[in-house]
Amino acid sequence: MRTTVNIITKHGDNIMSTNEMTGSEIFVKSLIEENVEYMFGYPGGAVIGVYDAMHDMSHIKHILTRHEQGAVHAAEGYAKATGKVGVVLVTSGPGATNTVTGVADAYMDSVPIVVFTGQVSTHLIGNDAFQEADIIGITRSITKHNFLVKDVKQLAWTIKAAFHIASTGRPGPVVVDMPKDVMASKAPFLYPKEVKLRGYHPFYFGHMGQINKAVEIINASRKPVLYVGGGVINSNASTELFNLAKKLNAPVAMTLMGLGAYPGDDKLSMGRVGVHGTWYSNVAVDQCDCLIAIGSRFDDRVTGNPAMFSPNSRKIHIDIDPSAISKNVKVDVPIVGDVRHVLERLTPLVNPLNTKEWLEQIEEWKAEHPLRYENGNEIRAQYVIEKIYELTNGNAVITTDVGQNQMWTAQFYKFLNPRSNITSGGLGTMGFSFPAAMGAAFGVKDRPVFSINGDGGIQMNIQEMATAVSNKLPLKIVILNNGYLGMVRQWQDLFYKKRYSHVTLGNNPDFVKLAEAFGGAGFVADKTEEVVPTLEEAMKINDRPVIIDFRTIKEDNVFPMIPSAGTVAQIIDYPKSVKELEMAKTQSEAVK
Amino acid sequence: MKKHTISILVENKFGALNRIVGLFSARGYNIDSISVGTSEDDSVARVTIVSKGDDDVIEQIIKQLNKLIDVTKVVDLTYDNFVERELVLIKVAANRNSRSELMQISEIFRSKIIDISPRSITIEATGSEQKVDAMIKMLDPFGIKEIARTGRVALKREFEGTV
Repeated sequence: MRTTVNIITKHGDNIMSTNEMTGSEIFVKSLIEENVEYMFGYPGGAVIGVYDAMHDMSHIKHILTRHEQGAVHAAEGYAKATGKVGVVLVTSGPGATNTVTGVADAYMDSVPIVVFTGQVSTHLIGNDAFQEADIIGITRSITKHNFLVKDVKQLAWTIKAAFHIASTGRPGPVVVDMPKDVMASKAPFLYPKEVKLRGYHPFYFGHMGQINKAVEIINASRKPVLYVGGGVINSNASTELFNLAKKLNAPVAMTLMGLGAYPGDDKLSMGRVGVHGTWYSNVAVDQCDCLIAIGSRFDDRVTGNPAMFSPNSRKIHIDIDPSAISKNVKVDVPIVGDVRHVLERLTPLVNPLNTKEWLEQIEEWKAEHPLRYENGNEIRAQYVIEKIYELTNGNAVITTDVGQNQMWTAQFYKFLNPRSNITSGGLGTMGFSFPAAMGAAFGVKDRPVFSINGDGGIQMNIQEMATAVSNKLPLKIVILNNGYLGMVRQWQDLFYKKRYSHVTLGNNPDFVKLAEAFGGAGFVADKTEEVVPTLEEAMKINDRPVIIDFRTIKEDNVFPMIPSAGTVAQIIDYPKSVKELEMAKTQSEAVK
Repeated sequence: MKKHTISILVENKFGALNRIVGLFSARGYNIDSISVGTSEDDSVARVTIVSKGDDDVIEQIIKQLNKLIDVTKVVDLTYDNFVERELVLIKVAANRNSRSELMQISEIFRSKIIDISPRSITIEATGSEQKVDAMIKMLDPFGIKEIARTGRVALKREFEGTV
């Protein structure tokens, strides 16, 4: 076990120590070298030595979650809110397999996290040993890269490489599997200043020839649209994007992951594009003559039928990942590079465009087809989100789950800043919102953190209430409680003749009592007039998490909507009447 | 759909081949043949994959391969001038009457007889895939008992034109 005691007391001291240390001690020291602030984890047999080395450590705060999935989502929330690498430590076997959903989620949404998993001792690997799972094999297709550390001498290098890979290029998750005997054996600690990987050279700057070609197309455009995604946020390029949009006078359509990249209350913002995006952003993308895709990947939830996507535009695509280019939609000018670097070089070369008519057209569409809902005595989820936006002045960090709660948040919370919208976009993971909000709250202390949930998803990681209470996190956990798995119900309503198959959540717990049982606070509201006072009360509580159970109208659908693999011609806008809704249903049946 | 010969250099590490094969299966790409061995550098293995696909698919395959951290180089040899060989072992039914004819065929294809028994002979042949295919066609009527093919290996030619 541990031989040297105080090796981890000073930050950055003597990194070329000749003293031999155990793998566990090297692990802790390496994380200190990486300036890790928080680690989300759960101990177990294979990492008991590592946890022993962490016992006296004060530099890194270990957050004990109540489930390994919660730990990974928390690390994701932390990483998305701060831009730093999220760190997870779990044991072998079930500890490791419980991280899989979170790892896949981070892979789909390009979130920089490093997940350290314990592993059985090397001589037992492959023996079906107790708590053994081939986590390297399991996570190979859902990680940017993964490592099995077979020799303690490789450990420090591997950790450095893991952080390097996770945080550079297109970010993503890295798994490091650490066998128990490797962590117990000794080696001198030598933390490399940098690592060189023969097969990994992200390209940041963008080819000048390609940039010039793009400039030519942009300068000839009269109806441009900036179609921006999460890449803008990952590369911290919001200012550069703002400058480009203002210089061009070009409207901005954001993907789900891109919300917050451009201020949602600005005149040039068209809000979100895609299945449940605004009517006008989808139509503008359809009708533009020049589509500038920036850090977005032509996801099927945006393009619908890719053959019919933005048919009359010349397309420019800026992305750091070459494989994202021309994967779904052929573009005219691809530019491989980091969004910020590319925009820094592109913006000075473009001319201010005469987009007056185009912007007027878009204003007309905005007036004709605004986002809307009917307010009444019964609470509408849209209203709740709007009020949260108003009460937080658009300044909160908002995490959402998956489904209607996510779509309504994307529509009605106008994200003003990057790293404010934290959501599971690619994988669509229920149970993401709440643990992700915890992680965000550790990283962001000066802004309120709201977790938006449905009554389904909140129950998928509700155990993390114990973590949130233990850490006195002042989270506002909003449940839009309609007693249904709302998005599936919506599809059954629109496409399956209202045959509601297994979407009713009949026996929801009393969320107020549940919150209190965990040591948090709980509120419930079931009338529209109660929404604002309840939110205000909840926002006064700052020493523990608070659950706010909004009993919303049971059956409400998210509109506008473009049916799966559809085209802009098939957009169903928010129906103004029952008759119009019935027509929309008939229409969507036909699309199906 | 055109056949493409893709030459990949990959770190000679635990699980590296698995990453490549896993990529093909996870993304539904086709593998016609695959061969693996060390390259001129001990720490690097050369994997030669023959895959069928539209240009778009092949482009994605190459980009996805390049994205693997352990992969150091990917070349689609198809549009280059390259030499390719495949080695095949073919066990054919043979008896007193057919043996000499089989030996003649083997000679025409410049292949070798490497095993012989009263009821069979085993032929070792190398050449392009087309040559191997042609040979198999010629031997088929005699009764092929077993075939083992290595899959294509290939290298880019140094000089333009055939040497």
